[in-house]
Amino acid sequence: MTSGLGATGTPTPLVIGDVLGALDSIGVPVPQLLQMADSIAFIILAAIGLTIIFGMMGVINLAHGEFIMMGAYITTLSVNVVGLPLPAAMVLGALGTAAFGAIIERTIVRQLYGRLLDSMIVTFGLGLILTQGTRIIFGNSLQSIGTPFGNVPGYTYSGYRVLLLFAAIAVLIGAYLVFTRTEFGIRARATIQDPETARAMGVDTDRMYTVTFAIGSGLAGLTGALYAPSATIVPSMGQAFLVESFVTVVTGGSTVLLGTTLAGGVLGTIDAIFSNLYGNFIGQIALLVTAIIVIRLLPDGLTGLANTIRDKLGERQ
Amino acid sequence: MSLDITGLNAGYDGTPILRDVEFSVDDGEIVGIVGRNGVGKTTLLKAIMGLLEPETGRIRYGGEELTTMGADEHAQLGIGYVPQGRDVFPDLTVRENLLVGESVGRDDETRYEQVYEYFPILEERADQKAGTMSGGQQQMLAIGRALVGDPDLLLVDEPSEGVQPSIVQSITEDLRAISDEFGTTILFVEQNLSVIQGLADRCYAIDHGKIVDELDGDALADRGQLEEYLVV
Repeated sequence: MTSGLGATGTPTPLVIGDVLGALDSIGVPVPQLLQMADSIAFIILAAIGLTIIFGMMGVINLAHGEFIMMGAYITTLSVNVVGLPLPAAMVLGALGTAAFGAIIERTIVRQLYGRLLDSMIVTFGLGLILTQGTRIIFGNSLQSIGTPFGNVPGYTYSGYRVLLLFAAIAVLIGAYLVFTRTEFGIRARATIQDPETARAMGVDTDRMYTVTFAIGSGLAGLTGALYAPSATIVPSMGQAFLVESFVTVVTGGSTVLLGTTLAGGVLGTIDAIFSNLYGNFIGQIALLVTAIIVIRLLPDGLTGLANTIRDKLGERQ
Repeated sequence: MSLDITGLNAGYDGTPILRDVEFSVDDGEIVGIVGRNGVGKTTLLKAIMGLLEPETGRIRYGGEELTTMGADEHAQLGIGYVPQGRDVFPDLTVRENLLVGESVGRDDETRYEQVYEYFPILEERADQKAGTMSGGQQQMLAIGRALVGDPDLLLVDEPSEGVQPSIVQSITEDLRAISDEFGTTILFVEQNLSVIQGLADRCYAIDHGKIVDELDGDALADRGQLEEYLVV
């Protein structure tokens, strides 16, 4: 089966092998480094859509994992059934989930702004419907589309998983640029800070909420699309992303993109170290313990700490 | 374009604040709404801006019925708004705050050059977070943000509140100059006598949510008469 991005077993770009070989030659523990990169990429990609929706709209979307599952399903079905090349299928996965998110915002979430508990219950129910609905329609699993690029030369490690780190960085940079360098992003941030004044400045705040929710949903869909070639495609696959994404939101704090970046780096490193030494179960426990410690010591999360350090440095200058 | 308010009743959660308010503002005029704290001045501006839905009555601007439109549509028809307490977007820079104001107005025309001419501090501090500026500077930003989209009507809620007297004087002169230069109609609410006398062509006095008097000419120059409506 070909994927378009690179058939299963297509070699990982040689430059990655060369770089890792060079790192190995100077004593860098490359396997551990790869695992760390994998963990960081997973956490950032799992959390980015949720952090945008929660950080900018105050809605805790408990169906976030199912949005990721939807992206993976659209991508997999587009490759397996329609025969689309993998990159086109991934774009379709992200756009399809974004469109679904926009519909959900317009029909359901819009009624729940300012009602945090209600929004959690409703989105939890939505997640159950999506999971069971997918199971009824498509069965217990989909045929895998296979992982492109094969292993990193010289290592028993998937080259595609290495590329996911670059995808995570690209997604973070893209989201940063959208929310800080575009008129839409600036108006969206104004809407989040003070919706009434934003409306009085001519901003269509209803549209801002719909588009922001669609972007967050689309990023969840993109995450599912990116992991579709390397994950087992089952209706409950979203649950694997949900814990990491919530721990990241809590640990990161209020500043959406900085929080995701800091939390992704810290949690990814901790997860990689503990999973490598003691296995995945202990890695998950280490993540949760880290979140508890951060909440206890830093109520405003890692971004609160970063802002405090920045303010102190500013006072000294 | 004139603003016409007829039989306006509005309030919060069933509690009436405005009662049968009627008045009009002609094109290019500067009109003040004066009154003590809690008599409905801010509520009136919010209702005109579309931030508070009237229970009954009509709000027409330039012949268009605004009563059922949202605030964003009011802004797009050319109504700029400077809220009480300024309400700049604190985490956005000065430049970003001004960009948000671009949506005000009927067309894509912007007035950055003129805004920077009146308030040079906004250009100097374009990259500063708005929340870190002084009260006076934030007031200038709030006025600049409402002006940058080229509005025909400017609603200003207590421009003197929380601003030091020397800056209040400057802002008063700037608002008068802006109206003279661009023909901008201004409707403002205020309790500060020097701002009222320095800015208004005429005033309406409001008490317990009703317009109770109209002051112009000699009446506006008479501090004693104005104080009747301002002092508790």
